[in-house]
Amino acid sequence: MEPLHLQTDVLVVGSGAAGLMAARAAADEGARVILTDKSLISRGGATILAQMTVAVALGEAEEDSTEIHFEDTMKGSRGLADPKIVRAVVERGPEVILEAEGYGVKWARTPDGKRSQAFAPGHSKARCVYVDILNTGGATAAGLKKAIWKDEKIQRLKNVMITKVVVENGRAVGAIGFEMEEYRPISIAASSVILATGGLTEVFERNSASANMTGDGFVLAAEAGAEVRDMEMVQFFPIAHLFPPLVGIDPIMWDPFRYKLGGRLLNGLKEEFMDKYNGEVAGKYTAARDQTTLAIFREVEAGRGTPHGGAYLDFTMVPEDKLKEAFGPVIDILRNQGVDLTKDMVEVAPMAHFMLGGVRVDEAMRTRVPGLLASGELIYGMHGANRLSGNAITEALVTGRIAGETAAREKSDALDEAAVRQAFEREMERLTQFWHPTPVERDSASLQAFKRKLQKVMWKGAGPLRTESGLKEALTELKALGSELDRISLAKPGKFALSLFEKLEAANMLKVSEAIVLGALERKETRGAHVRLDYDETLSQPSSYSYVLNEAGDWVVTEVPLPAGS
Amino acid sequence: MATVTLNVVRGDAESGASFEKYEVPFRDGMSLLDAIFWIREHVDPSFSVRYSCRSANACKECSAFVDGKPGYLCSIRAVPGSEVKIEPLTGRPWIKDLATALE
Repeated sequence: MEPLHLQTDVLVVGSGAAGLMAARAAADEGARVILTDKSLISRGGATILAQMTVAVALGEAEEDSTEIHFEDTMKGSRGLADPKIVRAVVERGPEVILEAEGYGVKWARTPDGKRSQAFAPGHSKARCVYVDILNTGGATAAGLKKAIWKDEKIQRLKNVMITKVVVENGRAVGAIGFEMEEYRPISIAASSVILATGGLTEVFERNSASANMTGDGFVLAAEAGAEVRDMEMVQFFPIAHLFPPLVGIDPIMWDPFRYKLGGRLLNGLKEEFMDKYNGEVAGKYTAARDQTTLAIFREVEAGRGTPHGGAYLDFTMVPEDKLKEAFGPVIDILRNQGVDLTKDMVEVAPMAHFMLGGVRVDEAMRTRVPGLLASGELIYGMHGANRLSGNAITEALVTGRIAGETAAREKSDALDEAAVRQAFEREMERLTQFWHPTPVERDSASLQAFKRKLQKVMWKGAGPLRTESGLKEALTELKALGSELDRISLAKPGKFALSLFEKLEAANMLKVSEAIVLGALERKETRGAHVRLDYDETLSQPSSYSYVLNEAGDWVVTEVPLPAGS
Repeated sequence: MATVTLNVVRGDAESGASFEKYEVPFRDGMSLLDAIFWIREHVDPSFSVRYSCRSANACKECSAFVDGKPGYLCSIRAVPGSEVKIEPLTGRPWIKDLATALE
């Protein structure tokens, strides 16, 4: 189809909680907005999968303050969070929660009319609001979607992948991409570009986020000249579903039930073990995610794992009526697949869940490239080496709002359409070469199969437990996969040209995988989510690792010492 | 080896619709979406289907008619030895294979 050439004040890439909020905030400030997503607007990404908790110091369950939320988050970060970002997020948390409520996100209330705030590990106060036990993310996405849907200042473009941020004279001036349903190339001249593309967990074989979380934003930002930080820091969610195989459930859904019902974690010998690692008291749930993940793997390593290599999650001591009350319709989904929680235990094991590192921004969400901003899971700074339960949606909503405000307030009146048009021609040429290195009638290989190979390499070599030899092997295999990907040639695009997305996604997955492995090799210690079996000490001097792409397109990794005890 | 047979609508508005049969090796706990992934990986990478969350019944992108009834491909178990008819949703413009113009 004919190319589409568009202009706007603010381009927002990605429509999870951060992107939706950024679009809303920019439009509130009077800016014209274009909001794009690879998937359907508000349906892809991680927000829609968020189960329950949104941490915010409202102080409705008990006395609380943003200062205590700040301290808890800093402590949970194992010394690596950026205090400026943490402060920016926690301070505006209460405000955005109330704003979201105005959009129809109905936070649960107690009988006396206060907002319910639940306790979550790592938070010293009961501060997590929720809509319901399994659907807080879905409800948040639905509310924000309504808040942007009919605003004439916000133009929505679904099934659009952005492949390049255009930088002219050191400033981001727009972006290039294409729409996949009908295959239509697109250029967008914009005063500011906000990346809100989420994380990269799709690079791991076992992962809990949507399939489209392929790390695009890290690559777009780095190629535009932005700095990324701590790419080796990927959070593994400790008790994701492992066995028996189930359909129609989110693999991380067990967590809120464990909060609520005190489900027990048992090793393969059916013994409790969390007390040995974190002093966690039986039936309580206080260990942070990094601690629980490590404890499960230590048991597996010691030969005390379950048959499929995880731990048992046990609710059999909970009376049937309480189970039914808590699990609601989920109990039928389970029973229809042969799982009776009154009698059966399930097996759980860690799964890649959240990207902790990411694009470095200041407290106004500016990257070091003028005109280019980032928000949500994509940024670095809020979580350090370990994310507390409940801090992700808060981060997405607040940083989305801040990015939208900054972009709108700092917009320039003149758009550089000429530069964007020129970049468009070059990018289309590059993409044609990239997609079709040789003429073929049919795709020469399945990209979905290619991605699966990459995911296995990353899980094995750079997953929850890392060693120098394993990481080096992964790096070699990634290089070989890179050559394999270069040779894959695609048929001429027709309708719903999923393969075009998939080859670009595969390239982005390789690029961020390489960063994860390089950083994991550099970081010769165990800290939070990053576990080196060959370096099990945590160094007293915390360091962040900075990543930039050089002119050849290779990662350059530099250690940045941080103030100890920060 | 146990298999599941998928009888699926392929094509687009220009080429027209036709049913294609695929015999997919059954794996314990397989969903219909997993079976389609097997086809995309081993038989035809150009098979079009919308999906995002893949397993959680959250994104609602993988909607289709399964044996005449609307459902989510990620949430329906494949049954070994069975044959399932899968068609795109009606009421939305059809794009290609199982993909329709959802918002």
